[in-house]
Amino acid sequence: MTSPSKINRPLHWFAVLTAIATFLLLGLGGLVTSHEAGMSVPDWPTSYGYNMFALPIKFWKGGAFFEHTHRLLASAIGLMTTILMIWLWIADSRKWMRWLGVIAFVGVVLQGILGGLRVRWHMDYLGIPHGVIAQSFLILICAIALFTGGVWHRIIGQNKLNVPPALRSLVLFTTILVFIQLILGATMRHQHAGLSISDFPLAHGQVWPDTSADAIARYNAERMESVNENPITAFQVILQMVHRLVALAIFFFVGACAIQSSRKLGKADGLTRLSWTWLTMIVAQIALGAWTIWSNKAADVATAHVLVGALSLVIGAIFCIIAFRRSVRTTTTQTETENPTALGLGTFVPNKQ
Amino acid sequence: MKRIFLSLTAVVFSSSALLAADITGTITLKGTPPAEVALSGMEDNPDCIAMHEKTPTTHHYVVGSKGEFGNVVVYLQGMDGKSTGASAAPVVMDQKGCLYTPQILAIQTGQKLVVKNSDTCPHNVHVISAGGNGEKNDAQFAGGADLNYTFSKPEMFMKVQCDVHPWMFAWISIFDHPYFAVTDTSGKFTIKNVPPGKYTLVAEHRKAGKQTQPVEVKDTAATVDFTFEVPAAK
Repeated sequence: MTSPSKINRPLHWFAVLTAIATFLLLGLGGLVTSHEAGMSVPDWPTSYGYNMFALPIKFWKGGAFFEHTHRLLASAIGLMTTILMIWLWIADSRKWMRWLGVIAFVGVVLQGILGGLRVRWHMDYLGIPHGVIAQSFLILICAIALFTGGVWHRIIGQNKLNVPPALRSLVLFTTILVFIQLILGATMRHQHAGLSISDFPLAHGQVWPDTSADAIARYNAERMESVNENPITAFQVILQMVHRLVALAIFFFVGACAIQSSRKLGKADGLTRLSWTWLTMIVAQIALGAWTIWSNKAADVATAHVLVGALSLVIGAIFCIIAFRRSVRTTTTQTETENPTALGLGTFVPNKQ
Repeated sequence: MKRIFLSLTAVVFSSSALLAADITGTITLKGTPPAEVALSGMEDNPDCIAMHEKTPTTHHYVVGSKGEFGNVVVYLQGMDGKSTGASAAPVVMDQKGCLYTPQILAIQTGQKLVVKNSDTCPHNVHVISAGGNGEKNDAQFAGGADLNYTFSKPEMFMKVQCDVHPWMFAWISIFDHPYFAVTDTSGKFTIKNVPPGKYTLVAEHRKAGKQTQPVEVKDTAATVDFTFEVPAAK
């Protein structure tokens, strides 16, 4: 029996658990890259010739520890996502929610295959889409957790202020910018070249670094790499500079989102509070970025930078979803009441019991 | 007639071998190179650190007390197509104490590279070529069989690394001829059996750069010395 007002709490908490596990998996994946361990187990889906789930513990050492545990946790997430898809299909009457579950399942399968092919085909560059899909998958699972929970119910049920189009557009643009920044970050990390610029706030001692062939040769000659980093290139130096500039732009745009939310929605509004949390996170992220450089890309610090970046993206995405949903609800209240299926995002008919 | 031709050919080959001479020399480094970096990641790995009295460092610059410059690759330029790699003795690279020994080596195209694992822990041997020799990645357990590789394209400083122990990396230079050497810890090198002629001799180091000198080989050994300077930091 479908009950429009009842929340399926076990399903919601399972979605939350999947989101938390995905976040941890992202951290473990970050550690794999930070420790340059992505190719430490040369075979896949086996591990050192063993069934992945039966690899003797004596092999869980060094880089192989990070790579192997990443594979195991990824398998667990695959299973959880499969359960989530089936559960949504059975228990959630919203058609679009069922398909979100299917998309999540397809996403996790593709992600696993992509990770495996990266190993099998010796293609470092596949690590870039692998990292980007991981971030997108986290957003999707967090969105499913949001849509199945009481918060989403309250967003729809309560009479909140409409979010002005200008603010919605600003939040959407800023979230896209954060996503682009994460692609830049993934591209930087999967060059496997360590720090292409090892100082901050200057860059190779200058405001804008010299990227001539002589300068790049000099940077490589001066660098006393202690891990198996590739030589740096002019492209990588420019990439890090763009990453720095986009970080600055994100800071200003998220700041603008927070200020505009305060003005247009009021300080007590949930979205305003979310926007200030977002800004705090961006400040922390910039600090972690600087620390990554000052620590000569210490694995733990670099991975924390990845994780806070992922959280920043999730916050931006959730801000967008809520802002657009509230606007749709406010501007089409009449339509929704008369015709519950008329909305592009679907109506809230959450659970089948 | 055939017998005469064969005899003449034999005479030509033997006389060219007799006329062949070695190129020897010493390479020195002027200036103080940057301080080597401790392989700090090794400290977290009991299997590896147990094989060392103290934490090892990088060896980007191998320099003696009088500037003797080791690990410089010296070779004749423009000699491609003369590889004898298929019949040459294999080159051996070992993994010992979670380090590659040697870290800088040179090999001919078609010559066998044998990679050993003398450690008590597994490694992966990950060969990453930027010069058309492909990418290879093989696990090698403690006490496991040797891994054998051959490479078909000349390439300078092709990287070999272990991703289980990311501080492990080595560099292999591949030549399509046998006229090359790597300086030892005394900075000396010998390129053997070079046919008489005028050549360009190249000395190349991963950090200190590349130098060339003309050399003429006659019937006695030729000597060529190089002096590198530590690249100036800006």
